[in-house]
Amino acid sequence: MSETDDEAGDGKKTGWLQRLKQGLRKTSGKLTTPITETFTKRRIDDAAILELEEALISADLGVATAARVARLIGKARFDKEVAPDEIKAALADEIAKILEPVAMPFVPDPGLKPHVVLVCGVNGSGKTTSVGKLAKQLIEDGSTVMLAAADTFRAAAVEQLQIWGERTGAVVVASTPGADAAGLAFDALTRARAEGTDVLLIDTAGRLQNKVDLMAELQKIIRVIRKIDDTAPHDCILVLDATVGQNAHSQVETFRHMVDVSGLIMTKLDGTARGGVVVALAEKFGLPMHAVGVGEGADDLRPFEARPFARGLVGLD
Amino acid sequence: MGRRQSASFAHWRIFVWFFETGKDKDMFDSLTSKLGDIFDGLTRRGALSAADVEAALREVRVALLEADVALAVVKDFIAQVQERAVGEDVLRSVTPGQMVIKIVHDHLVEMLGGDDESAAIDGVGINLAGTAPVAVLMVGLQGSGKTTTSAKLALRIKKRAKMKVLMASLDVYRPAAQQQLAVLGQQTDVATLPVIMGEQPLAIAKRAMDTGAKEGFDVVVLDTAGRLHIDQELMDEVAAVSQATNPIETLLVTDAMTGQDAANIAKEFNDKIGVTGIVLTRVDGDARGGAALSMRAVSGCPIKLMGVGEKVDALETFQARRIAGRILGQGDIVGLVEKAAETIDQEDAEKLAKKMMKGDFTLEDMATQLKQLRGMGDVGGLMGMIPGIGKMKKQMAGANIDDKMLARQQAILSSMTAQERARPKLLNGSRRKRIASGSGTSVPEVNRLLKQFKQMGQMMKKMGKMGKKGLMGMGGGLPPGMMPPGMPPGR
Ligand SMILES: Nc1nc2c(ncn2[C@@H]2O[C@H](COP(=O)(O)OP(=O)(O)OP(=O)(O)O)[C@@H](O)[C@H]2O)c(=O)[nH]1
Ligand SMILES: Nc1nc2c(ncn2[C@@H]2O[C@H](COP(=O)(O)OP(=O)(O)OP(=O)(O)O)[C@@H](O)[C@H]2O)c(=O)[nH]1
Ligand SMILES: [Mg+2]
Ligand SMILES: [Mg+2]
Repeated sequence: MSETDDEAGDGKKTGWLQRLKQGLRKTSGKLTTPITETFTKRRIDDAAILELEEALISADLGVATAARVARLIGKARFDKEVAPDEIKAALADEIAKILEPVAMPFVPDPGLKPHVVLVCGVNGSGKTTSVGKLAKQLIEDGSTVMLAAADTFRAAAVEQLQIWGERTGAVVVASTPGADAAGLAFDALTRARAEGTDVLLIDTAGRLQNKVDLMAELQKIIRVIRKIDDTAPHDCILVLDATVGQNAHSQVETFRHMVDVSGLIMTKLDGTARGGVVVALAEKFGLPMHAVGVGEGADDLRPFEARPFARGLVGLD
Repeated sequence: MGRRQSASFAHWRIFVWFFETGKDKDMFDSLTSKLGDIFDGLTRRGALSAADVEAALREVRVALLEADVALAVVKDFIAQVQERAVGEDVLRSVTPGQMVIKIVHDHLVEMLGGDDESAAIDGVGINLAGTAPVAVLMVGLQGSGKTTTSAKLALRIKKRAKMKVLMASLDVYRPAAQQQLAVLGQQTDVATLPVIMGEQPLAIAKRAMDTGAKEGFDVVVLDTAGRLHIDQELMDEVAAVSQATNPIETLLVTDAMTGQDAANIAKEFNDKIGVTGIVLTRVDGDARGGAALSMRAVSGCPIKLMGVGEKVDALETFQARRIAGRILGQGDIVGLVEKAAETIDQEDAEKLAKKMMKGDFTLEDMATQLKQLRGMGDVGGLMGMIPGIGKMKKQMAGANIDDKMLARQQAILSSMTAQERARPKLLNGSRRKRIASGSGTSVPEVNRLLKQFKQMGQMMKKMGKMGKKGLMGMGGGLPPGMMPPGMPPGR
């Protein structure tokens, strides 16, 4: 994945930031206008702190994190007159501080042939699309990429990934619907090894974290590919949907427990959901945030950046 | 409510006790959810002041926010309940605490759409009256479950209303979307409109309606591409489809895991294209589902159906009570009871329950109980359904209350002789030592199991004395607040 995403001023970066901000601003313009509305230059008191807290709650930070951050910001300025932009900037700084340590792009290890990445998550979160986008970036960066269609359950999941293969030039390994996902992953890894592929991305079926049998199936995939390479998978990426609320905690907790998640991708940040739950997740789990999805196209994946994300979250710029 | 429920309900309670007696003191305290604690406090005090209501509602506020109910909706809810609760009949009622619980719960049920949909439970759950073919338009954000729900709904209409259904995919954007619907059509044996490459959504919709009319279909289900409510172009596109097909139902399909944004989503879709009903998907997950309340409150659209799995038959009529219990953090009690009813052999269960209530509870029975418990699935999953336990998973793991602990307990029980299991009094120090080494555990662990056994026996006896009323009602072993009064343990 490229470090800087504005290559030769093709406007991609502006495009993304604008889209992200647009989405965030749109939210602030609707049901949730708390920060801008309440903070017309005023004295910080307990009521003001509560309102800050509520603003953060509306961005899905969750009650505990929202209260903590709001209090931190409020206490430092208690009884002082504060302008809205000042308080927003302070909030953004505080949130960026929490997010900075987890902002880590996904970089495959060139020494591994292949670097095996297992992509998992709940249903419909954007796994297959993210796999496609990731493949595009890796190929553009000069890697060879193979995709394993390990979602053998959902209707036309294989065909969906195959189209992503055609779009990006990645090789797709697939079998028939209903086949064993672990067996397919095994075959794909065998082939990727033989062909000296740089990165193998395994797209798995969506599964809710409270489904014991489906989580066991994911563990089985890992067990089986370890028969070939006992260090695989080298990364296990959990894909989260930005519209998700507090259930993200349960998702990260369970997936991490079951398959040792190594990093996160958050999709659909081009909507009005602000994905604030990642702030709480960063505090609690400290898992790397590799990238964000900002659209349905092959180019709509960007590295996660703490500062713009935080500023967008509080409605700045 | 027959024998079926009572037996499985007994199991549900036993299950709760099992954990409560088996855990450390600290954990015992924290196991009751915060909400449960507050309600418990109110119940015990027996008298209720306006301040009490306020204190309780502060906790309700947190519970609702943690359940992802949108902030604005939470505020309204609290204000409304406050108005209702701080009133004469509350203060004069015999058990004021229970009254507040009931008001919170009832108000939530009411806001979610009330309780009288039971009549429609066997029906399709949506409006289909009109000149054939009627169109049903499925809309929503990306990945919310529209295509899957389209197939589920078509199957439901076919089975329940015995109507002829045609499905058409208007999703020309997502890779393999049209094929996905075609495959689902084959799986459900529902006709799908043949795909013409390059045809645009509006044209597909019109052709679907024409085909529906020509070929004698009663219903045409139109599956659309996922779209953001702020994507003007795509919102215009679906508005045009709506204009052209005049759908009898426009169903907004939304994920039960959705956070605060659910309110925006429902409002925007409703404002822009007119939603007639909401389908809540992934109710089979462990999300608290506050999105349901947000959407309902903001858009006024009824929630009609809920998706409870990935398979094509996993679609149910929306049940306000069930979701209300979840939102309040009471766990999916109904779901747990159902699960128990599914897995446990009813006759055995009833026999055992009877035996227990008479007080003849032996270690042999405990072993059977344990086996059934483990047969119900992963403890973690089950615990997710128990009120107040969801949040405690980490501590549970710390205290080793998990499958491993149950496995160790099973090992202890099977290291005993049949005689010992029938007469626990035989278990002196040296026998306990033998059992510990035989099961690969320790004497303190054996002691703890025996203590737990004793406590279980005592509780069973108590329950037996209370008889059927105690078994079915609120009293006894169930921590207060875990189940609102009047909530039946089964459907
Ligand atoms: N707007 C937007 N849509 C996205 C983004 N990422 C994925 N999507 C869309 O979300 C929907 C679901 O994406 P998939 O990639 O199929 O999700 P999945 O997790 O593979 O789904 P299952 O395999 O069914 O569990 C598709 O319509 C995607 O186009 C994103 O960043 N923004
Ligand atoms: N567990 C569970 N999974 C569901 C449910 N409904 C749908 N799904 C799954 O969610 C994922 C996405 O479902 P789709 O029907 O493709 O979603 P969609 O809204 O059509 O997606 P787009 O067309 O890309 O916007 C699939 O993996 C489905 O199997 C449900 O009620 N429970
Ligand atoms: Mg997929
Ligand atoms: Mg679809």
